[in-house]
Amino acid sequence: MSKLRFGIIVFPGSNCDHDAEAVCNALPNAEAHLIWHKETDLRQSDMIILPGGFSYGDYLRTGAIARFSPVMREVTKFANDGRPVLGICNGFQILCEAGLLDGALMRNANRKFICKFVTLKVKNNETIFTSEYEKNAVVRIPIAHGEGNFVADPDTLTRLKDNGQIVFTYCDAHGNETPDSNPNGSLENIAGICNKSKNVMGLMPHPERAAEALLGSCDGKKLFLSLVRSFMLQTH
Amino acid sequence: MPFKAKVRVTLRKSILDVQGKAVHHALENLGYESIESVRIGKYMELDVAESSAEKARAAVEDACKKLLSNPVMEDYHIDLEEI
Repeated sequence: MSKLRFGIIVFPGSNCDHDAEAVCNALPNAEAHLIWHKETDLRQSDMIILPGGFSYGDYLRTGAIARFSPVMREVTKFANDGRPVLGICNGFQILCEAGLLDGALMRNANRKFICKFVTLKVKNNETIFTSEYEKNAVVRIPIAHGEGNFVADPDTLTRLKDNGQIVFTYCDAHGNETPDSNPNGSLENIAGICNKSKNVMGLMPHPERAAEALLGSCDGKKLFLSLVRSFMLQTH
Repeated sequence: MPFKAKVRVTLRKSILDVQGKAVHHALENLGYESIESVRIGKYMELDVAESSAEKARAAVEDACKKLLSNPVMEDYHIDLEEI
């Protein structure tokens, strides 16, 4: 049985790459390796993760420079071939800058860098990233960002809704998407979205930081388990 | 011919500028009653070696679209001068 091979891209300034690698290596039937952003060969990877961090020091705009790293041309091809790409935090920002996901991530509405556990609602569990969750499940996963305020124009928002591309939203403990449960001012409490064909997803929260009981929550692990399951279904 | 392009990138009017709002609030606290709003943007100076102003502007315009601004949330303005 072939193992699912996660390729985790490392940009100058990535700092959640090793966390993602550790989580992926601990999954059943999976392994992970790091890929320096100057590499251009993704043939050893079945899925790509763009990890969190501060690529290029967040200069100009978050993700704006990383989006032109040599590896991103290959990641774009990989995504356009329908293969899975997951962007976490800075990875989400890079995917938006690259045009692989809609919208943009602006400075948090309260201007603060926010590092805390939040509750999220799984709006769409019919994706390769979320199939292990119940629909509308409320999960606890931490955020750690200064620029997570999702914006998109009204037409884009309508499209995201109509196609079921809103995957995670910020909510209270009962699953209500209230203004108080929105940590950063994101449009419609959006925490994570996918592309139209649902093989590219980005989210601001850090599932890799909620994959062990010792870290306070295991709720993020199901995201990675969903990917393992989709890979097994596809290859067997 | 060398040109200097002065590029201003600002948040689109429809987008709330939280930084500008905070600075405006501070100005209000300092008693600047006549200052009604503040928008904060980025200012960049680019030295461009092109044979004509048209070509220089086209190059900077392309750079603005591709990298220097994000059209989802920002507008750009270019002032070009010969140096």
